[in-house]
Amino acid sequence: MKEQNAIILSNTLIARDVWKMELKTEIADLARPGQFVEIAVPGFFLRRPISVSDTGKGVLTIVYKVMGNGTDVMTGMHPGEELNLLGPLGQGFPVLEDKEAVLLLGGGVGVPPLLKTAKEYLAKGKKVDVALGFNNAADVFYLDAFEQLGIEPAVATMDGSAGVKGTVLDAVAARGIETAFVMACGPLPMLKAINQKYTDGYISLESRMGCGIGVCMGCIVHDAKGTALRVCKNGPVFPIGRVVF
Amino acid sequence: MDLSVKLPGLNLKNPIIPASGCFAYGREFSQLYDLSLLGGLCIKSVTMEPRAGNPTPRIAETPSGMLNAIGLQNKGADFVCRMELPFLEQFDTEVIANVAGATEEEYVQVIKMLNDCDVIKAYELNISCPNVAHGGMGLGTTPELAAHITKLAKEAAAKPVYVKLSPNVTDIVSIAKAVEEAGADGLVLINTLMGLSVNLKTGKPLLANNTGGLSGPALKPIALRMVWQVAQAVNIPIIGVGGISSAEDVLEFLNCGASAVEIGAANFADPYICPKIIEDLPKVLEKYRYSSLEEAIGKAFK
Repeated sequence: MKEQNAIILSNTLIARDVWKMELKTEIADLARPGQFVEIAVPGFFLRRPISVSDTGKGVLTIVYKVMGNGTDVMTGMHPGEELNLLGPLGQGFPVLEDKEAVLLLGGGVGVPPLLKTAKEYLAKGKKVDVALGFNNAADVFYLDAFEQLGIEPAVATMDGSAGVKGTVLDAVAARGIETAFVMACGPLPMLKAINQKYTDGYISLESRMGCGIGVCMGCIVHDAKGTALRVCKNGPVFPIGRVVF
Repeated sequence: MDLSVKLPGLNLKNPIIPASGCFAYGREFSQLYDLSLLGGLCIKSVTMEPRAGNPTPRIAETPSGMLNAIGLQNKGADFVCRMELPFLEQFDTEVIANVAGATEEEYVQVIKMLNDCDVIKAYELNISCPNVAHGGMGLGTTPELAAHITKLAKEAAAKPVYVKLSPNVTDIVSIAKAVEEAGADGLVLINTLMGLSVNLKTGKPLLANNTGGLSGPALKPIALRMVWQVAQAVNIPIIGVGGISSAEDVLEFLNCGASAVEIGAANFADPYICPKIIEDLPKVLEKYRYSSLEEAIGKAFK
């Protein structure tokens, strides 16, 4: 883990309210799929936890959605400017040797961390299927990023304006993907549905965080025994079934 | 410059102490820097019984600060003694145990259990947590209640007792004086200020607990004012806390009469903030022409 000023290389709008930012930082080479960084946005007290989407040659790619004033400020940042990062943080998606195939399920801004995950599984020679869910065609992004890897994502939108109408699980059904080992990141209702349908795999949780390093107990979830788990330190990625919703 | 400070039970090599609840039991931060750099450290509140804490959301960012309503989550005094405190023995720093409870009896029980833990050098009596239904702030907002629990704690304690006071009162000076009279060895000023944030999408309070404790730079002027008021009214040492995030902030607290300081929420914004402040402090003292730490203490009213 490092705290470092990263240099912004690009910052572009890729879907409605969704931006992709590339940063030059040593943190890139340390990051595992599904980990996150904490970003200090000038003028705001707490850092913003944002997942690592991709890395390569000292460049870290993040994708963020404008959720409030902090992320809104980020949209106004330009290449050449610096941004202070802390990371990589948390437990990411494991890359398991004994699995022949993996199904990656992403919803909205839960999609980005699946890109690096897909790359790592492909590099191990595994079969990778991807299904992505969005609200509307205007929200869809990253199809091209997966296509560059030779993967054609199954897509669903809630209003049917792109792909099949419905959730990411409807996209899986429409495509007839039967892989039982899944990795998922997305909104809570989606993760709940995945938690019910699948038993083998991992989900990544989102949470309001204070410290991001396991100290403040701000982002607690619980397992079936009632044991407190810190999303920032024990997660954000947990085995399916571990966390009680 | 010599930054050391001698306080009851505490030989601080410098006046910088991470505040309770912002440092857990030191494990996570020990992976970032050597905890022996710190003057001391204050562990997260210990209660006798394990506490699950409040529902989430527990955290909300606010202008120049944050609200928290963690709710004293901890695994209880027995677990902390056996599983957390031994880890801290390897560091050359003074460990303070923040003690809390739902009842006066629980505070006494915790103190009695921690008396045997040699790594603990002093107690910080938390009669100022705004986020619990029983105990916490409820025991510290009148001079009579605050004095009573201080007296009980002093009778039980084999180590010096510092009392951490709440700013959510009309007259902190009268409470401070009552606590001094009841035998407190020192004061810690201040805990968080009770606040609220609204989620505009729901129109409801953002925190599941509705209210939370405000910390961060927004709190600093209030903390400075209270330290300044109390320092002129009591003869026991004060540890200042509230919104400190730089060596300049530390100097302000020293000027207002604090002998040492605790760093709280700033640890979240920058986990390396304590060693940075320790490195900067001699330079800042020199810049303002102090030849010692002692010289800066209380200058605001002397």
